[in-house]
Formats: sequence, C-alpha cells, structure tokens
Amino acid sequence: MTVRKTERLLNLLIMLLVQRHYVSKDRIRAILYPDSSTDAFEKMFERDKEELRSLGVPIEVGNIDAFFDDEPGYRIRPDEFALPEISLEADEAAVIGLATKVWEHARLAEATTEAVRKLTALGVPLDVSALDIAEPRLTADEPSFDVFWEATQERQPVEFDYRRSGQTAATTRHLQPWGVVRYSGRWYVVGYDTDRGDERVFRLSRVQGEARKVGRPGSYDVPAGTDVRATARRLAPAPTTERAVVLVRRGAGHALRRNAESVAPDVRGPDARTAWDRVTVTRGGEGMADELLGYGADVYVEEPETLRRTVVDRLRAAVGAQ
Amino acid sequence: MSAARPAPSGAKDQVGRLLTLVPFLHARGQVRLDDAAAALGVPADQLVKDLKVLLMCGLPGGYPDDLIDVDLDALEGPEADGVIRVSNADYLARPLRLSPTEATAIIVALRALRNGARDETREVVDRALAKLEAAAAEGSAATQIDPGDEPVAPDDSRLRRTLEDAVAAGRQLRLTYFVPSRDEESERTVDPRGVVTAHGFAYLDAWCHSAEAPRLFRLDRIHEAEILDTAVETPTEAPRDLGDGIFARSSDTTLVTLRLAPPARWVVEYYPVEAVRSLPDGGLEVDLLIADERWLQRLLLRLAPHASVLSPPGYAHAFTAAAREALGLYS
Repeated sequence: MTVRKTERLLNLLIMLLVQRHYVSKDRIRAILYPDSSTDAFEKMFERDKEELRSLGVPIEVGNIDAFFDDEPGYRIRPDEFALPEISLEADEAAVIGLATKVWEHARLAEATTEAVRKLTALGVPLDVSALDIAEPRLTADEPSFDVFWEATQERQPVEFDYRRSGQTAATTRHLQPWGVVRYSGRWYVVGYDTDRGDERVFRLSRVQGEARKVGRPGSYDVPAGTDVRATARRLAPAPTTERAVVLVRRGAGHALRRNAESVAPDVRGPDARTAWDRVTVTRGGEGMADELLGYGADVYVEEPETLRRTVVDRLRAAVGAQ
Repeated sequence: MSAARPAPSGAKDQVGRLLTLVPFLHARGQVRLDDAAAALGVPADQLVKDLKVLLMCGLPGGYPDDLIDVDLDALEGPEADGVIRVSNADYLARPLRLSPTEATAIIVALRALRNGARDETREVVDRALAKLEAAAAEGSAATQIDPGDEPVAPDDSRLRRTLEDAVAAGRQLRLTYFVPSRDEESERTVDPRGVVTAHGFAYLDAWCHSAEAPRLFRLDRIHEAEILDTAVETPTEAPRDLGDGIFARSSDTTLVTLRLAPPARWVVEYYPVEAVRSLPDGGLEVDLLIADERWLQRLLLRLAPHASVLSPPGYAHAFTAAAREALGLYS
C-alpha cells in the first residue's frame, strides 16, 4: 500500500516537474488515477497534493488556457523546487556539519540534520573531524517553545495563560508573535499584544499550560524593519543586580563565599552555636531570596531590609502552612 | 550523522528520502550502499526498499525507457557488488529546497555556533551563513529566531581534555567538587571512566574512592581536576549510558509526595518526577524519588512557602523544624 502510494506521489511530482506548462486535472487523472471513480480521484488527488506540499514541494495552480479560466492546471517550477546551487569551501562545510550537534531539542535537531543531508546531496562533503571549536548547546526546554516558533514562522496568533513575575494568578493573553529571542539565557517571545494594543515581550518559562495557535496562518504581518532582538532587549525587564549583606555560619554557604564581594570573619552572629562570618554578595536577576532561604539556619540576612522581610515572611508562612 | 534514524514507513517520508537519495547519488556517480546508508542516516535494507520503489517511477509516457533505472543486481543476488547505480533520473538531480523549519533550524544553530567561536572560526561561520541565508526558502523565520549573544554553554574544553587524558592514560584524578544540595566542597580521588552527557549537562563518570561507589560529577561543578601519578585501581569500565536517566540508579530512595502551589510548579520541569496530579486551585501534587533528604529540604526552603510535604510525615516534620530554626535566628 505504502509502496503504491509512494510511486503515485513521486510520479505526480515528476509529471508536474518535467512539463513546461500547466498539466490539466484530466490528464493527471488519466495517467495516475486511471481506475478511480470521480469522487475517489478528487479525494486522493487533494490528499496527494497536500502531502507533497507538506514536504516542501511547491505545486502551483494556474489556468491552462488564457481564454478559458475554468480549467485549472498544475505544475512545479524546477527553480522553485530545487535547492539553489551552494558551493561551499571545505571549512564552511565543516562548520555546517557541526550545526547538527547544536540543538538539544528533538524536532529542531532533526530539521537541522535533514537540512545538512540535503546539502550533502548537493555533493558537498561534510567532514567535521578537522575542526577545533567549542560546541555550543542550544536548549529549549520551555514547553511552549514549539508553538511560538511555529506561530512565528506561520504568522499565526497565539493564545496562552501567562503569569507575570511576582504574581500568582495567570491571565489569558493574545499575541501576534514577531519572533522568539534568547536573552540572558532565557527564551522570550516578542509580538503585538492584541488585548493591550501594543508590542509586548513574554518569557516563555512563565507561560502556564499549553499555548494555543488561534486564527489562520499568515493572518498578520510583522511590521517592516522590526528587529526582534532589539525589541526584546527594550521591553524585557533589565537584568537587575541586588546586593545583600548576610551572616553565614562557619563551614557553610560555600557558593555564597565563592563569589562574594567581601567576607569579614568572626563577627557576632544570631546564635553562639558556631562562629559566623559577614558575607556581602551581589546577584543578577531575581531569586536572591530563594537562594538565601535554601541555606535555612546557616544564613541570616542583615540587609537590605526588604530582602530580610521577604525571607522572614516566607519562613513564617512555611511554618504556618505545614 | 552516522547514527541511523528509525525508518518511518509512511509514503510521504519515503518520498522525502528519495528526493534526497537521488541527487546524492547523482552528485557522486557510484556510491556504496553502506556509505549512502551512513551518510543519509537510513538503514541499508530500507535504502534497498526505497530504491525498488524508484524503479516504478519516471516520466508519464508509460514506456519502459521513461522509467528510472536502478541496477538491482548490483545490490542483491550472486552478482552483487554493493554499489548503487541509478540512471535516467536527471530531472531529480537537485535536492528539494530547505523547508522553512529546516532553514530556520540550521541558520539559528550556526548563529549559536558563531557566538561560541573564536575570531578565525567566526569568519568561517559567517561565510557559511551568508551562503545558506541566500539559499534559504522563503518563509523561513531565521531572522525572527535569535539565539542571543552570550556564549550558549561555558567552554569546558580544557577541563574535558584533562579528564579524557586521564581516562586514556588510566590514571587517577583528584577532583575538587562542589555539591550544592549539601553546600559542600570536597576533594576526592576518583578512577575516571569517561565523560557523558544527559539533560544538557556533561558529567564525568568515575569510581569515587571516598564514596566507594560509582559517581557522576557534573563538569560545571568540578572546580579543579588534577591528574595523579597513580594508576586507576578499579577495573576499566565503559562510561554509563545515561539514556535511562541518571537518578534511576540510586538504590536507596524514598518516594515523597509534595504539594506545590502555582509559583512552585516549575519544579516538575526541572527535576525528574514520578507522577504529577493537577489540583483544582492550579497547584500540583507531585511524587518524586528522593535519594538525599538534605537536597529535598533545601528545595523546600527555597520554595517556601509554596511547597509542602504530604508524605511521608517524617519529612514534613523535618522541614517545619528547619524552617522554624531559620526563623528563630530573627527573633
């Protein structure tokens, strides 16, 4: 069954590819679907065209006769079908071979490998053995990454639930994605927020549950001249740095001490069970309170006052909650 | 590219493979079946099946001369020499253009590669990128996906080389290793077995003489590694395959059930969990296997007050005690 269908798809492709003019539906039916009823032919032909198109085969529809526009015909233009000639130097081919190892994301890793196979089919020998280059790894663990990537490519609006920093409740948002950008180690989506009527940026790790594509592909345009990277940087909250002075129990808090701004040994601590040191740390981004809380009774926050209060409040809530 | 991918049986996939195979052969003249299988990532027997379908395809005339010719005797039977010969398929001499997703994926990967490269390599990547971008299909979103400027992964190539040298020489290593869950930095002597990757992290698999057990050391937590003069003492073993997950091996684990409020939901994306149940208020009930109670306690403190222990009760009491003790510092 599969074999027959492969034959039919490939023969259809070849037939449309080698003809200079549009091929009429009748002729296609007579040659490739001779034993099918009209209904069966229509159904099969529709599906076959769709499958070829989903592989990336550009099937054009046009009118065979300039005077009668009621008879559609089909063709595949060789220049649109084929990969353009790319002549790669050996070293260029080598870095392209390496690209297959970058994505740690199953679908994009496979797409990259497929692209490299096509280039290999052009006759480019790909040899990565000679190369001395640090191999980066590009991860995209955010569950919504695929949806935003596809939506960006297809220009399809997306609906999703989003929880903003510092809030517990998620709200439903509607976005026309312009691009997906990695910034400070995180993926963001940039686009036009149709609820707010303005451009917005969202951090993918804050998208709750599944993002859904809504609306038709190609239903909006990305404004000309949009630089998604610049937009993301302009709109994303600036990486803040926070400075804290904490007391750390002797023998604990290695990660804090390691990149501390300063450490003053043997200071008066909140208890006398061990010696204490005063450690000043700076941290980028959020999460200072999380990090300090993780040390439990080995770390005591002196300042800033807001951080100290956050830590105390959260501990109090935890004791009450259990 | 040498790893064979599983052969999907669908007609569409088969057409896709043939559209790459025919130009691949065309560009090279004669290719050995094994070489083509390796280069295209298709098992050799599947490749032969694909070639048999090709025999039935060709120009729409219906004459024998119109069909694509494949020398099957060279692939099967007593006369076989294992070389693929395909002719009469000139119209398929060029591979199909890159799909938008393929174009985007490879261009973004190259841009990431560029960011991690030194100047001279960067220049090579730029040349390759320019050629690919010129050839990329319309509809590619490559300019709209930006992998960013920062180096995507820290360059641990020097450390890796040291570790691999030690493995090759069969010598012991002295590691300075940081264990965040215990807030501990320790020195240990290990018999290295190899560097393996899982979940996006590289690990050294080694026999640890302090623990007297095999251990995995995350490369970004190895602060120092020194090759010793002493030879390894344990039998040489290949590094583990981490495909099944690295936390599944611990023999001494406890199943813990946590309740996570919405702000703590991210935990299930970061740590391997056994089961997740959604709660009506948007929270989660999560089962996870814990090998080290101190690790769990640190996690709960970090998440406070958004996580609590449902079972076993001993862990819940221990956490409350730890939180109370920390709170006690301020009173």
